[in-house]
Amino acid sequence: MSGGTSSIGDVSERITAADVVKVAKLARLDITPENLERTTAQLAGMLEHFADIDALDLDGVEPMTQPYPLQNVFREDVVLPSLDRAEVLAAAPAAEDGRFRVPPIMGLDG
Amino acid sequence: MSSTTAPATATPGAGAGAPSVNNPTPGNVYTAGPKTGNEILIDGYELVVGLEVHVELATKTKLFSGSANRFGDEPNTNIDPVTLGLPGALPVLNRQAVELAMYIGTALNCTIQPCAFHRKNYFYPDMPKAYQISQYDQPLNVNGSLELPGGKIIGVERAHLEEDTGKSTHFGGTGGRIHGSTHSLIDFNRAGVPLVEIVSRPDIRTSEEARQYVTELRAILLAVGASDAKMEEGSMRCDANVSVHKPGEPYGTRCEIKNVNSIRSLGKAIDYEARRQIDLIETGEKVRQETRHWDENDGRTHTLRTKEDADDYRYFLEPDLVPLVPSESWIKDIQDSMPMLPTARRKRLAAATGAPADGEAVMVVVERGQDDYVLSVAEAGGDGARALIYVKEAFAPTGDDTAPADAVLPGDIAALTNLETSGKITATQAKTILAEIVANGGGDAAAIATAKGFEAMDTGALEAMVDQVIADNAAAWAKYIGGEDKAMGALVGAAMKASQGKADGKLVTALLQAKRTT
Repeated sequence: MSGGTSSIGDVSERITAADVVKVAKLARLDITPENLERTTAQLAGMLEHFADIDALDLDGVEPMTQPYPLQNVFREDVVLPSLDRAEVLAAAPAAEDGRFRVPPIMGLDG
Repeated sequence: MSSTTAPATATPGAGAGAPSVNNPTPGNVYTAGPKTGNEILIDGYELVVGLEVHVELATKTKLFSGSANRFGDEPNTNIDPVTLGLPGALPVLNRQAVELAMYIGTALNCTIQPCAFHRKNYFYPDMPKAYQISQYDQPLNVNGSLELPGGKIIGVERAHLEEDTGKSTHFGGTGGRIHGSTHSLIDFNRAGVPLVEIVSRPDIRTSEEARQYVTELRAILLAVGASDAKMEEGSMRCDANVSVHKPGEPYGTRCEIKNVNSIRSLGKAIDYEARRQIDLIETGEKVRQETRHWDENDGRTHTLRTKEDADDYRYFLEPDLVPLVPSESWIKDIQDSMPMLPTARRKRLAAATGAPADGEAVMVVVERGQDDYVLSVAEAGGDGARALIYVKEAFAPTGDDTAPADAVLPGDIAALTNLETSGKITATQAKTILAEIVANGGGDAAAIATAKGFEAMDTGALEAMVDQVIADNAAAWAKYIGGEDKAMGALVGAAMKASQGKADGKLVTALLQAKRTT
């Protein structure tokens, strides 16, 4: 979904209902069929904003990776106290043997 | 690019049924595989291997937070809001992790460049933020190389920083696998530990080269102090991309092999996978691009996930971190403080001793860190070649500082080498004296030789003695002349006994051989 300098296509080329289904699955979102059309149109509308950027001549413009004028923000390698395990695990849905207990793990296709 | 605990899908193949082409029986059809790993072609196919090695960095704390980076602690005792992905928690980059990663890049001849961090998005309980912070198209170290002991150069595409995941333990399934499990328990101590992922180019052509690459990489990591690189504790982990093709044809479809937990397993897994792919092609089938899991117990690889569920991590720039731009002066400081690396140390030792740089003696002595000692024996006027052998054979391999051998002055060993090379004592006698010097933490070789009555026989006396031995052992000599080489042993033994150990076994053998042919 990055911009680039490719020519501007129409909305249907930018994002399809199938793309939305795939992205929703990856994001674990349950989109109902009736919502799919609306969501696709909304996302396509957002991508329209990028078309405005695509239309500009950006040769020689460095991509901006951060809005802040900062680089090299570091912390020193000094150990800080851990959170209290009992307190943390008490907030978890389930815990066992000092660890978080989770349901059986399935893959994306599981 | 995925970490070893990236989202694993179901693992079919556990408890596999009858052997098939996909799951052949090792030790049956597959014993015909490469035995030494040194063949360039296997049944007319060339093997192509690229390796992805993850190493945990030897920092005190995690990559983006101040929890301790410590192996073996009680579960969930090194956790904090960043580690747990609690709302509002923000990562701050550990400077020491960057520095160690730059040491790795420098040691691997990489270009160190301005870089950024990306989010690699996936849902898995060992990664509570639902993304791993990694580096994507702007990694810290690029375009490096690693030289194998024999001189072959393996390209290093990149070595980037990323965070490790938590550790999941699966319950209720067979053999602790995800497949069929009822639940899992998660320990986040490892989550957020700094990793460097080192990606080789597909320049490796044999399983032996793969083993050498990982062995050498491990030695480099230890030399620069970037990691303790213990495969058995998981602080060094290796995935192999394996394909086969006929020479002159395009590269074949590759499979990624995961769960290789030792350098020995790496060789076995690659050999197995090469056979599997060749047999698929030879029986008219196609190799599917997939991730496969090495099973140490049955010695096979099994399908973990196929290309159809290909990773789609939707990488995007991590908005909570700013760019990392190592300054020229920082890069130079690291270059200036690099320790001598194993390759250079082996070459230096080879030059000082005349032994091959990839020979066993040089490899072993450098690995033990005893090369400086051998060099100091040579500097003290001793014979480098003998010193190398003495140290390899008689000095403790443990690096234990309290061992008496560590107190032995290089000059003592130098004197011993010279006694032997000048022919004043035999190799056998030198070995005896060496054992005594090492056990006592030093000693005067000449004095010990005198005390033991050691002196080598001169050539005339030796020949006379050998003639006497032949006369006394006529039956053995007749057998030896008749072509029974085994009879030689009895004759040499008799000569050594007659000389009370003063004869040089090699000279006796040479004399016997010469007399047989005249």
